[in-house]
Amino acid sequence: MNPSRKIFWFLMASLLLWVSALQAKELRIGLAAEPSSVDPHFHNLGPNNQLWKTIFDPLVGTDDQQRVYPRLATSWRAVTPTSWEFKLRTGVKFSNGSTFDAYDIIYTVCRIPVVKDSPSRFTTYTKAAIRFDVPDPHTLIVHTSSPYPLLPVDFSTFAIISAKANSVDGKSIKFTPDGCGALKYPESAEFNDGRAAVGTGPYLLESFRRGEDIRLKRNPNHWGQAPQNETVIMKSLTADGPRVAALFAGDVDLIESPPLQDLARIKANKNMKVVQGISNRIIYIHMASGMNPAPGLAGTGGKNPLADVRVREALSIAINRDAIVSRIMGGVAIAAGELLPAGMFGAHPVGQMKPPVFDIDRAKRLLTEAGYPQGFGITLGTPNDRYINDAQVAQAVAQMWARIGIKVQVDAMTSATFFSRRNKQEFGVYLAGWGSGTGEMSSPLKALLATPDKKTGFGATNPTGYSNKALDDNLTQALQTVDDAAREELLRKTSRIGMSDWAIIPLHFEVTPWAMNSKFSMSPRVDQHTLPAEVSFAKK
Amino acid sequence: MLVYILRRLAQSLFVVGAMMVIVFFGVYLIGNPIDILISPDASLQEIEDTKIRFGFDRPIHVQFLQFVGNAAQGDLGRSFVHGESAVKLILHYMPATLELATLGLVFAIALGLPLGVYAGYRAEQWQGKAIMTGTIFGFSLPNFWVGMLFILFFSVYLQWLPSTGRGETVEILGIHLSVFAPGGLKYMLLPALTLALYKASLVARLARAGTQEALMQDYVKFARAKGVSESRILFVHVLKNILIPIVAVLGLELGSMIAFAVVTETVFAWPGMGKLLIDSITKLDRPVIVAYLMMTVLVFVTINLVVDLLYTWLDPRVRLAGETS
Repeated sequence: MNPSRKIFWFLMASLLLWVSALQAKELRIGLAAEPSSVDPHFHNLGPNNQLWKTIFDPLVGTDDQQRVYPRLATSWRAVTPTSWEFKLRTGVKFSNGSTFDAYDIIYTVCRIPVVKDSPSRFTTYTKAAIRFDVPDPHTLIVHTSSPYPLLPVDFSTFAIISAKANSVDGKSIKFTPDGCGALKYPESAEFNDGRAAVGTGPYLLESFRRGEDIRLKRNPNHWGQAPQNETVIMKSLTADGPRVAALFAGDVDLIESPPLQDLARIKANKNMKVVQGISNRIIYIHMASGMNPAPGLAGTGGKNPLADVRVREALSIAINRDAIVSRIMGGVAIAAGELLPAGMFGAHPVGQMKPPVFDIDRAKRLLTEAGYPQGFGITLGTPNDRYINDAQVAQAVAQMWARIGIKVQVDAMTSATFFSRRNKQEFGVYLAGWGSGTGEMSSPLKALLATPDKKTGFGATNPTGYSNKALDDNLTQALQTVDDAAREELLRKTSRIGMSDWAIIPLHFEVTPWAMNSKFSMSPRVDQHTLPAEVSFAKK
Repeated sequence: MLVYILRRLAQSLFVVGAMMVIVFFGVYLIGNPIDILISPDASLQEIEDTKIRFGFDRPIHVQFLQFVGNAAQGDLGRSFVHGESAVKLILHYMPATLELATLGLVFAIALGLPLGVYAGYRAEQWQGKAIMTGTIFGFSLPNFWVGMLFILFFSVYLQWLPSTGRGETVEILGIHLSVFAPGGLKYMLLPALTLALYKASLVARLARAGTQEALMQDYVKFARAKGVSESRILFVHVLKNILIPIVAVLGLELGSMIAFAVVTETVFAWPGMGKLLIDSITKLDRPVIVAYLMMTVLVFVTINLVVDLLYTWLDPRVRLAGETS
């Protein structure tokens, strides 16, 4: 071989190596839902939240089990029942070079209630804070009006932006719960074109092309562990078929929510794998037990049978949850006995609060005792495009109820219609789902079972008229108990009160699958987020 | 001619207005967007505040009047979901759809016209029959299914072309286009071909019928007698005469391709206006839906106008009739 040829082959070989090394460091993700904005405070919604978590950081992080861990704050503690002290990480820089300190947090909390045109603000998580103290730039004390144990969890749900990057002097901010006066805030559009997308997170925004893709590159100055993938492309592939096709064609490396019917085919391919894990989302059936008359019931002689706890129990134990999980959910779900899966805060340990035992005979007896030996008619409302196989699950429940003499009509509709009608209390019985945003039992209890009350914020998703004073009292007490162990015990007790009153029918917890090229690995998150920083190369 | 255009514009204004009323009230009847958009964690108070902020607490006729007032000033409102101006949003998605539809149209003509003329020429032989049988497939196979098969064969099996999405774009006069980008065209081939298949069949059938008829005309016989070559007869004399109905139909089809490329765009995850419309409908994003449909009306009206003008230009009889009147 002559020398020039040697050089040529050497160059070719090194080029190949270089190309393969380049390819290995790029991660392409097929998103099932597109974020509506890069502005982290614009829309409190799953796809938006998972995007900001790659570009920005929260004060407190949540791991794959939604347990809190230090992120921009290194530690926190309740100094008094109504004040929390956060020690902040030092040496953290925003991507524009400015240093992170306590004033950035105050600036962020100031911006959240004034984001323009936001369809869903993050005020839910900031409204507890009534005053801030900054003893030194890396210590923040947050005061609340009443004991508020959820503060660290609430502060894990929003992204910290930089005051300095928006030419605001942090020290000059006068914070009040009603606003911070006229401060300069970035517009949402400035985040979308990248100008204001200044964060401390593991990745930097390269471009956001609405409807097409989001390009990220590794943040070289990130304070934490550097993610393995240098560049990330998140493609918007909202239709199921094309998303799976893109994975098979090698156009993406990882996809969210592969449809259940394709899981077997993906697993059969030796270059691909499926990773799945339980989510914090419960699929439940709610009953208008506190309304008279309840809508959508027939053959009840003007009474509301759902008000009778025996009827509610009968409805719950007439459902064969295992059959639903294995036949309709293809095993990608876990039968539920309460509203949060075991292992999460406030849920009972494995083995306690098991799913109700399926017992048709007992269900029939209970109905007879309650005075409905012939059963009655129910219209079961359900969305048909919101949860995994939602309408099919409702159909299955309808058939199971038919066996105890309940005549069910399933009223399935698109989620846009469903949620509007649900909130207008048009359903006597309906199927829906709830994901615990905070990862705590208090979230579903507060929203679904507590008595609706504008002042306390309870019962925002309880359009059933159900009201249970013991449950409300226990929950209120739990939400003011700062000690974690005592609060968890109270939450468990509250859950038992609700479940023994058969206030709601828990069906199953959704299991979230991800499908990916075997080169990669990730651990599934209960909050169903896909975080590129947590996707690594599979160990060979 | 001017009167004609003005009358056309007045008609289309009426259509746009009617569309506005129907869509506005129709979407209102479906439900309240806040019910879907707001985080489930929001409290009752926050839900109410948000509704007030978006003006959903006011009676629908008040909301409508306000919308009409703003629309009269050229403001069709902001998207509830994206917080951006609805028109800007549609304009952002428009180039992708326009270039896809245009390329689809080019494919449809390039495929359909020669095949159709040839099929008309050889109507009784096997070639003509084979082409006609082919067009039956083009007509009857559903778009989404053809698209999926294309993906399966060209992307998954052969791995020649990318399955989904839009590739690189280049900015030309402020518009991002991928036809002219080096890596962009290959992303367009499959969706454009899928879009073109039905139209190509349509063109082929029209061209065949036209050719068959034209071949029996006296001018063809004269040309043959004169010794003009067959290919010149077919592709110059005959083609000119059969183009008129084809142009009329293609104009309408281009409109429908732009407005309703939804299925193809969904299958190929093509970031066009169809995708925007579907997403907006599922989220009850009223400003975008209304703006989109108003724009669709506008596109149809414009294309019809252009077709009519082309018509006069192509057909001397129409042209002369217009000049004498």
